[in-house]
Amino acid sequence: MLRKLFKFHGGVKPQTNKERSTTAPIAPVPLPDKLVIPLHQSVGGPPRPLVQRGDQVFKGQRIGAADGNLSSAVHASTSGIVRDVLPAVMPHTSGLTTLSVVIEPDGEDRWGELDRINVRAATPDELRDYLRDAGVVGLGGAVFPSHLKLKPGKEGSLDTLVINGAECEPFITCDDMLMRERATDMLKGISAMRHMLQARDVLIGIEDNKPEALAAVQAAITASGEKGIEAIAIPTRYPAGGAKQLIRVLTGIEVPHGRRSTDFGVQCFNVGTAYSIHEALEHGRPLVSRLVTVAGNVNAPRNYEVLIGTPMDHVVRLAGARPDTDRYIMGGPMMGVRMPAFDVPVVKATNCILVGSPALFPPPPPEMPCIRCGECAKACPADLAPFEMYWFSRARNFGKTQEYHLFDCIECGCCSFVCPSHIPLVDYFRFSKSEIWAREREKEAADTARERFEFKNLRQEREKQEKAEKLAAKAAATREKVAGETATPAAATAAKPSGDDAKRALIEAAMEKARQQKAQAAPKNVDVTSPDVQAEMAAIDARRRAAEHPTEAPPPPPAGQA
Amino acid sequence: MINSPYIRKPASVQSVMLQVLLALVPGIAAYVWFFGAGILVQLAIASAAALAGEAAMLAIRGKPKALFLTDLSAIVTAWLIALTFPPIVPWWLTVTGTLLAVVIVKQLYGGLGQNPFNPAMAAFCLMIVAYPALMSQWPAAGQLDFKTQLDLIFGGARQVDAITGATPLDALRTALRSAASADSELHGLRASQLMDGPAFGALGGKGGEWVALAYLLGGLWLIQRRIITWHIPAAFCGALFLTAGLLWSVRPDSFASPLFHLASGGAMLGAFFILTDPVSGATTARGKLLFAAGAAVLTYVIRAFGAYPDGIAFATLLMNILVPIIDMKTQAPVFGHKKD
Ligand code: SF4
Ligand code: SF4
Repeated sequence: MLRKLFKFHGGVKPQTNKERSTTAPIAPVPLPDKLVIPLHQSVGGPPRPLVQRGDQVFKGQRIGAADGNLSSAVHASTSGIVRDVLPAVMPHTSGLTTLSVVIEPDGEDRWGELDRINVRAATPDELRDYLRDAGVVGLGGAVFPSHLKLKPGKEGSLDTLVINGAECEPFITCDDMLMRERATDMLKGISAMRHMLQARDVLIGIEDNKPEALAAVQAAITASGEKGIEAIAIPTRYPAGGAKQLIRVLTGIEVPHGRRSTDFGVQCFNVGTAYSIHEALEHGRPLVSRLVTVAGNVNAPRNYEVLIGTPMDHVVRLAGARPDTDRYIMGGPMMGVRMPAFDVPVVKATNCILVGSPALFPPPPPEMPCIRCGECAKACPADLAPFEMYWFSRARNFGKTQEYHLFDCIECGCCSFVCPSHIPLVDYFRFSKSEIWAREREKEAADTARERFEFKNLRQEREKQEKAEKLAAKAAATREKVAGETATPAAATAAKPSGDDAKRALIEAAMEKARQQKAQAAPKNVDVTSPDVQAEMAAIDARRRAAEHPTEAPPPPPAGQA
Repeated sequence: MINSPYIRKPASVQSVMLQVLLALVPGIAAYVWFFGAGILVQLAIASAAALAGEAAMLAIRGKPKALFLTDLSAIVTAWLIALTFPPIVPWWLTVTGTLLAVVIVKQLYGGLGQNPFNPAMAAFCLMIVAYPALMSQWPAAGQLDFKTQLDLIFGGARQVDAITGATPLDALRTALRSAASADSELHGLRASQLMDGPAFGALGGKGGEWVALAYLLGGLWLIQRRIITWHIPAAFCGALFLTAGLLWSVRPDSFASPLFHLASGGAMLGAFFILTDPVSGATTARGKLLFAAGAAVLTYVIRAFGAYPDGIAFATLLMNILVPIIDMKTQAPVFGHKKD
């Protein structure tokens, strides 16, 4: 049966560069000398360390415990000795450090006692807790804790479970290879998710440049005999693998920014996540490794099964980096982030190590003024007007950028890709977003999203305020007492306080007005808590910290030509 | 530091402008064929003036010269000026017009991408107000040989009356007006009969209609190359056709046919090359439709009831003023906020 597919606006068709890394099967990676496992690898609170220097750990042993529900556990990826628990450079452009566990492998790669669960007997809540403790997070790049997304919406069931095998970024083929080689296990993971979500249909979206993967998944579906699951070829067009774009293509539903897709009866998971869920539920194996594509400026691009914490250069060496290599990019050429060093660890978010060189990714030609040609708007999958947002970002008129829906921008980079004036548009948008968040944070309004986001700050602030209020009340009481004692003096003094009162009233009115204005100027579209927004907030926060980091220049040059 | 995306489509302002210039070539060829090579001289004069003016301003404003001189945007402006001015205006008029366009309308507003008004059309309006006679001499096809044209462009003495030709638009309007008055020798003649004169071809002005057709071809190529979208040309032609058709169907004797309007004057140049200037035009899809339709109606009104030979230039400027508000009011709904 041919299914009706929907189109999303815009998008681009960069060269896919996927062929070379799919010629050889997924390869294992020899154990490195040491693994550096950052504790904070997912959206949400940083896990608490459970080990200390000198501890012996087994493969799969929990070394970081989820901090509350919005968090995910972290595990030792191999057996060995904990050499240190210290801040180490994380795989992010900022070059900032994060608390990490350094493990020296003992070479045996021995699993410890695995924590098993009886999938059939467990309640959905137990399953979710189990997945949280197994460290399962979204492997498509967003690393949002999966257990949080495995709740059906208000109705307790779901129309469609969308599985994302689109893999639209050039160069990246880890999902492609996973589907080719592990379709059956992946499908079992999908069935488990379907059960937890009570989803009626399952649609697996795969870009039509991956016929082998599509065939493998279709064969696995037929073999499983499960009904209501369909693997669908979708047109190859970046960013078809964006969750929102894929949901749109497969179901026609557009999930607005900041809304949960479950409110629309849809939920979306990456194929790699489905596989990890199967590994956890079926074999009790937590997420200790993932598939990583090594591509770009290497002799033999290939996919590897990499232990979390393996230094990137250890993996790249296997593929043979060419001598003019000048950078590693984590992710693809459209949205990937440049690594601060070659030996940063592979983490759960690492779908690809794109090896770069000046020849492969030359700097863009000089930036010219915007000629309002509208190419960027034509390419924008979020139907935005990037050139208008660019204009207001440059003018630092952030209120206006939000009128043009800055926060609906998914930072896909299509606009920068097409701009004939070579303007790094998406850099400006990242910059504006972090500026707005920074201002928001300063304002400390008390909406729930940020209450969670910066709970501590808020509480301290409140305590301070309460203290100040108490002090003020006390002072007022004393004043009254004093006033009562000195109430006798003449009428001349009696007139004075009333003058003061009037002044105070005026000032208060003015302040109230200013407050209101400020409230009005407050961003309209930031008070939300959906997974994508939380992921976005986390990303922005990281950038923000990067910008504040003394060694790093703030994102774009907002000056430029007049 | 370079952030993602690390790859880009091979596109540049220069290549966009180059394609616009290429698309003008068929029109220019037809122009030369019917009206003589004088226009080539004007194109050269305007181009030189534009580059000189741009270079001077870039130097004053301290902008990188090589980068902006090679973006070809000044050449596009220069060519549009040469193609909209009468082909036999004296050289200094072309130079003045071009300098006004490049120096004042473009560079003083901030250079490439910043000008709210279409530079070529602003120059046209200023020049026709300042030199109404010189800006209204349109030789008929084949009327002047190359030598005469050169004399007129570079020579001192001018025999204005001898070569006076109004544009076919102008001629028809004048004729229609006198046909309406009882004491004219043309009294009682219909528009179709008036158009039997030597200045007219099958649709528009003799020769001019072929040039228009060549512009149309070039314009369609631009659409096919995705340099421009269909919205502005379609809305302009459609609205001009409808407006002209409405009045023509009511009183065919007193108004020119819609096809005549489309094939005459700068209609095709306007629809595909002038109103489609991205910098000064509307950018949203609905905005483009409104912008171009508004320009068409204004063009018609100025042509039919105004005193100037053609209305495109004034119509363009008037609509340029409205662009910010049109753009603001016609923003398309963003992803997830559509009401369907
Ligand atoms: S693509 Fe570039 S030049 Fe064109 S409108 Fe967008 S920002 Fe401006
Ligand atoms: S980066 Fe943002 S503005 Fe640019 S195309 Fe993508 S969604 Fe649109």
